[in-house]
Amino acid sequence: MASEPAAHQDARQGRSAGQYLANHLRDYGMVLALIAIMAFFQVMTDGTLLRPVNITNLFLQNSYIIIMALGMLLVIVAGHIDLSVGSVVGFVGALAAVMMVNWDWSIYLTIPCCLMVGILIGAAQGYWIAYWRIPSFIVTLAGMLVFRGASLWLLAGQSVGPFPREFQALSTGFIPDLLPFVKTMLGVERMNGFAVVTGLVIAGLIVWMGLRSRARNQAYGMAAEPLSFFVLRNLLVSGAIVFVSYKLATFRGLPNVLITMGVLTIIYAFLTESTVLGRRIYALGGNEKAAKLSGIRTERLTFLTFVNMGMLAALAGLIFAARLNTATPKAGVSFELDVIAAVFIGGASMSGGVGKIVGAVVGAFIMGVMNNGMSIMGIGIDYQQVIKGLVLLAAVIFDVYNKNKQS
Amino acid sequence: MKPLLEMRSITKTFPGVKALNAVNLTVMEGEIHALVGENGAGKSTLMKVLSGVYPSGSYEGEIHYDGQLAAFSGIRESEAVGIIIIHQELALVPLLSIAENLFIGNERAHNGVVDWHETFQRTEALLKKVGLSEAPGTLVDRIGVGKQQLVEIAKALSKDVRLLILDEPTSALSEKDSQALLDLLTELKAQGVTSIIISHKLNEVRSIADRVTVIRDGSTISTLDARGEALTEDRIIRDMVGRDMAQRFPARESKPGDILMEVRDWNVWHPEHTERQVIRNACLNVRAGEVVGIAGLMGSGRTELAMSIFGRSYGRRISGEVMIEGAPADVSTVDRSIAAGLAYVTEDRKHLGLVLDDTIQRNITLANLPEVASFGVISEAREIRVAEGFRKAINIRTPGVFQKVGNLSGGNQQKVVLSKWLFADPKVLILDEPTRGIDVGAKYEIYGIINKLVADGKGVLMISSELPELLGMCDRIYVMNEGALVGELTAAEASQERIMSFIVRS
Repeated sequence: MASEPAAHQDARQGRSAGQYLANHLRDYGMVLALIAIMAFFQVMTDGTLLRPVNITNLFLQNSYIIIMALGMLLVIVAGHIDLSVGSVVGFVGALAAVMMVNWDWSIYLTIPCCLMVGILIGAAQGYWIAYWRIPSFIVTLAGMLVFRGASLWLLAGQSVGPFPREFQALSTGFIPDLLPFVKTMLGVERMNGFAVVTGLVIAGLIVWMGLRSRARNQAYGMAAEPLSFFVLRNLLVSGAIVFVSYKLATFRGLPNVLITMGVLTIIYAFLTESTVLGRRIYALGGNEKAAKLSGIRTERLTFLTFVNMGMLAALAGLIFAARLNTATPKAGVSFELDVIAAVFIGGASMSGGVGKIVGAVVGAFIMGVMNNGMSIMGIGIDYQQVIKGLVLLAAVIFDVYNKNKQS
Repeated sequence: MKPLLEMRSITKTFPGVKALNAVNLTVMEGEIHALVGENGAGKSTLMKVLSGVYPSGSYEGEIHYDGQLAAFSGIRESEAVGIIIIHQELALVPLLSIAENLFIGNERAHNGVVDWHETFQRTEALLKKVGLSEAPGTLVDRIGVGKQQLVEIAKALSKDVRLLILDEPTSALSEKDSQALLDLLTELKAQGVTSIIISHKLNEVRSIADRVTVIRDGSTISTLDARGEALTEDRIIRDMVGRDMAQRFPARESKPGDILMEVRDWNVWHPEHTERQVIRNACLNVRAGEVVGIAGLMGSGRTELAMSIFGRSYGRRISGEVMIEGAPADVSTVDRSIAAGLAYVTEDRKHLGLVLDDTIQRNITLANLPEVASFGVISEAREIRVAEGFRKAINIRTPGVFQKVGNLSGGNQQKVVLSKWLFADPKVLILDEPTRGIDVGAKYEIYGIINKLVADGKGVLMISSELPELLGMCDRIYVMNEGALVGELTAAEASQERIMSFIVRS
C-alpha cells in the first residue's frame, strides 16, 4: 500500500511536460500572458515599454491598484465584493489634503489619521455585511456614492494642494543609493548600487525558497513540478527581477512606493498562504456553512476583511494623492473596477474560496502594462476600454473553460 | 385488470453505492399502490428512474409502461405519457399565483402571449376538481402546505395524468389535510387515475392502498395485497426492517461509565416559522464509553436537536441546559461548543461538512487549526503529519492528502469529516447519519472507528434512519417523533418492531 502512491507519482512525472502544463495551465497561464503582453508592447512601442523611466512609471502608476488588489483578493476570496474603494481613495485623499493644506497638520499626524479613517470606513461597511447579512454589493455600492459625495463636499468641489515634499515622497520618492561603492567598483557612472544589490538578493532569496519548498514537497510526496519547469520558472522570475532592478538603478533607483508595495505583497502572500487567519478566510469563502460548523467565527472574519480593505484603500488614497500632488474630487473614479478586474484576471473565483495574492498582483500588472503600452502607442481611451473589457472577459472564460475541462 | 407499469430488475449504481439492485415493481391500471421502506431503501431513487430524472441508460433493467417499452431521457418525456411525480419538497414558486404555478412550463399562450382568460378559467375548473375554493390569482405562499399539496395535484391533472406518483405527500400535513388528500386520491382512482404513494404512515397505507410493495436496501422484498383484513402493520414492518443482522457490526463490549453529557429541558423553535416548536422538552444523556442512538423518521427533529445543541446552529428561542461532565457548559456558539468538548458530524457532508474545493489535509485541520500552528502561522509539516496520520489510521483510500475532497467517494469523504472532528479531540461526538450514502464496506469501517472512540472513553450520540444500524451499534436508543423523545430503550429491550411501533403509533 505504501509503495503504491509513490509509483503512482512516478508514473505521473514520467508523463510529458506538456501534460503537466495542461494540468497547471491556470497557474502559468497568467504569467505567460503577462510576458506575451509585455513582449508585444515592447515591440510595438519600439522598446519604450522597458526603458528605465517607463518601468519606474509603471510602478508609480499601478502601485495603488496593486495595494488595493491585495485587500480585494481577501474580500473576494471571502465571497464578497467591495465597490467603494475608488470613492474611499478619493475621500481619504481629500481628507489628507484638508488636514495638511487647510489645517497645517504634520504628515506624521495626517497619515495615521487617514489610515484610521480608512479602517473606520471598512468597519462601518463590514458591520452591515457581516452581522446584518446585507449583500456586500449593495452596502459598498452605497459606500461608493456616499464617499464620492463626501469627498466633493470636503473639497468644496475644488482641487486642494500642493502638499509638503515629505508627503509627496510617499509616492514619487526614491531610495537613495545606500551602497555607492558598488558604482565605483563596477566603474559605471550612473547606477544605483543599492537597487542592483537588492534585486540580486531578492532573486537569490526566491531561488533559495523555491528550492527549499521543492525539497519539502518531495519529502511529503506532493505532486512535484517537473525539473525543467522549475528551472525555467525560477530563471524567468529571478531574471526579471534582476533586469528590472538594473533598469531602475540606471534611472533614479528604487521608488519608495515599490518598497511599500513589495513588502505588503510579501506580507499578504504570507498571510493568505501560511497563517490560521488566511486559511480560515479561504474556508469561509469555500463553504461558509461548513466553516461556521467547524467553529470559525465567520461574521467576525468577514468584518475583518472589510476593515483591512478600508485600510488599504486609505493607503492607496494617500499614495495617489501624493503622486498627483493635489487632491481632486474626481480622484479614484472607477479604480474599483480596475482593482476587481485585476483580482479576477489573477484567477480568483466569483463564488469565493479561490484566488492567490500573486495572481492578483500579476493581474494588476497585466492591466497596468496594457494601459501603459496602449497609451504610449497613442491608442485612444475608447479603444483602450474596449480592449481591457475583452481581456477581463477572456481571462474569466479561460478560467471557466479550464474548470469544466478538469471536471 | 392489466398492468399499467412494470419495472423489471432495475439496477441503479451511484459512484461507490448500489442504490437499487434488480428491483421489480408492477402497478395495475387503476389501483393505488403503496411503496414503503426505510429511509434510504431506494424508494425515491426508483421513482426518479421511472420519471426520467435518471435518464434511460443511466440504469439497468426495463420499464414497460402501458404495454410498451419506455425509455425516458428526461422528465418531459415521462410527463408526455402521463407520468407525473410530486416530490416531497413541493416545487411551487411561492410568489406566483396558483394559476401561474399550475401552468408553469405549460403556459396557455398564443404566439408567446399568455391568455389569462383561459388560464384562469382552466385553473378554476382544476381547483374545483381537487376541492379547493381559492381564487386562481391567490399567491401560493398565502395558502397552507395542505392546500399547496392539492395545487400540486391540480397541476398534475392539468397535464392529463395517468400515473400519479406522490412522495411522502402527507408528511408535512395535519390530520385533517391528510384525510382530505387521501379522499381526493380515492376519488381520482374512481376517475381512472393510477397512483403510487410513498409513505411511512402505515395506517394511511392500509386505509387507502390496494397493494403494497416493500423495498429494503435497494431490493424488492415483497408485494402484498392490502385489501381485506389479512395485512397487518406488523407484517409490513417486518418486511421493512428485515431480520438479518448477522456480522454487519463489529463486536464491542459495552462498558458505560459516568455521564459525560446531559441535555435538560431542551426546547427549540423554528428559525423562520417562529410559532412552530421544533423540539419539545428533550432530555437525554450520554455516558463515557457509550453509544447512544436517536431513532426517528426524517423530519422528526433529530438533526434539529443535534444542531441546536452544537453552538445553536439551528433554531430560535432555544432554552434548556447542557451539562458536560456534570458542570453547565457554554454551548452558545460553535467554537465554544468545541471548546466544551462537543463535535458534530453533519448528515450533509457536502454542504455542511466539507470545503469540497480544498484538499484532504486542509479539511482535516480546519476545526483545530491552532493545534498545527505557532503564533498563528501554520506549520505545513505538522499539518501534513496530522493528515497523513489520519489517512493511515482510518484508512482514507487516496494516494495522498493533497487530493481535493470533492473527488473522493462518499465513504472516504465521510472519513475525512470524521478525521476533522477526531482531530478536534472532543469528549462527546454527535454523529448525524454517519453512514448515509456510503457502501457496506466503508460502513463497517466507520462502525469500527465508533467502537474505538467509545473504547477510549468518549461518548457517542448517533442519529440514524437505519434501524439495524442503531440496534447493532447502540447501548441505548432514544426514539424521537415530532420533536419529542417519545421512548427510551436499552439495547436488550430494543427491537426494530418496538422502535417502529413507537414511531408509527405515537
